[in-house]
Amino acid sequence: MFELDFSVIVIPANSSLLWEGIKMTFLLAGLAIVGGLILGTFLALLRIAKIPILSQISAAYVNFFRSLPLILVIFWFFFLVPLIVGRPVGAFTSVLVAFILFEAAYYSEIIRAGINSVRLGQLAAARAIGLTYIQSMRYVVLPQAFRAMTPILLTQAIILFQDTALVYVVGLRDFLVSAEIIANRDQRLVEMFLFVALVYFVLCFTASMGVKYYQKRINNEL
Amino acid sequence: MNYEKSNMMIKVKSVNKWYGKIQVLNDCSLNVSKGEVIVVCGPSGSGKSSLIKTINGLEPVNSGEIIVSGISVTDKSTNLDQMRSKIGMVFQNFELFPHMNVTENIKLGQTKVLRRTNEEAEQKAQALLERVDLTEHAHKYPSQLSGGQQQRVAIARGLAMEPMAMLFDEPTSALDPEMINEVLDVMVKLAKEGMTMMVVTHEMGFARKVADRVVFMDYGKIIEDAPSQDFFGSPRSDRAQEFLSKVLNH
Repeated sequence: MFELDFSVIVIPANSSLLWEGIKMTFLLAGLAIVGGLILGTFLALLRIAKIPILSQISAAYVNFFRSLPLILVIFWFFFLVPLIVGRPVGAFTSVLVAFILFEAAYYSEIIRAGINSVRLGQLAAARAIGLTYIQSMRYVVLPQAFRAMTPILLTQAIILFQDTALVYVVGLRDFLVSAEIIANRDQRLVEMFLFVALVYFVLCFTASMGVKYYQKRINNEL
Repeated sequence: MNYEKSNMMIKVKSVNKWYGKIQVLNDCSLNVSKGEVIVVCGPSGSGKSSLIKTINGLEPVNSGEIIVSGISVTDKSTNLDQMRSKIGMVFQNFELFPHMNVTENIKLGQTKVLRRTNEEAEQKAQALLERVDLTEHAHKYPSQLSGGQQQRVAIARGLAMEPMAMLFDEPTSALDPEMINEVLDVMVKLAKEGMTMMVVTHEMGFARKVADRVVFMDYGKIIEDAPSQDFFGSPRSDRAQEFLSKVLNH
């Protein structure tokens, strides 16, 4: 049997590499969540708009991305985006684009359900005081919709946070890749992968406990 | 009936509306002059709510014309958003915005549509809350108020836009009996101040007290349109008589 030696983590060179990695993971997840939410909201609004062609385009987009494995989309954009823009864009940009486009499909379905959960009378009341359709959405319908769907959106965000580990396939130095570099170099595979698992678990478990608590609170208020 | 042109507030001309194959409005015509209070009644499903919602364009019509204060609601080139801001509407289920407190509910249209400053809107909201006797609830959320209080806030929200007419779509039918009067009192006050009002309601006491005319609808048709004393004295149609006997004798 081998002996576990976790001190490999705290060697300054290693810990700073891991720190850079976790920062990359958070940056990627954060930007992908924000971008995915914006695009997802837009897609959801197109989907519920009473203009057939727009809602069909949105529906097709959502169905398309929800039918593909995320890892394939990551691959795709890694090779495709440089071809489209005609120059290398770097792993980070291509991966970010892939995540935003992919996650938007999931977010838009959550947001659409949230919007549909707001009573139709609310839109009528907003229109009745003279607000435009866009103002009614902005000030009346969406705030209520987001409130109702926040727990589901946060859960999806946690899933996305875990999914960012897939950037492994294009060699972007996120938390997992940084840990793997150390694991191989210092021959501490068991320690490093245990450590990575622990960090992911603690972060995601804490976050999902937070979501549960939040959901309880809104349920009590509604 | 002859109305002077300047006195005409709402003119509904031969309006037809279908939901799929069901005709909900059948050749409806109606005039409301400035300052008039019209009560629209009839059995449920008779089209009265649809009729009132077509007047501010919340429900489109299939044919016919609706003119409010000289502006056509049915003309596609009309800016309906602007039009609606001049017509207050009160709904059966209040439809206050649950994520905003009472004052914010009354301020939203003022700041976003009328472009009043925050201070102006706040002042107006306070004055209106005083008028509907809810000053102490200014910072509560709708869910903290009773149905009657919520409906009075909804009336204040409509009045904040300084509308030229107010539409009421069964304003008391979702209320517990003991709260109906506090809402009707506000409406009576409003009528006496000269507001042009069109009210869909079964509250015949209210109709008798303040309505200038009563319109009775059935199967999407306007069956009777009569001054209220005539309507309550001797409704001309059998359907209206039958309806009245049901709503008056309980």
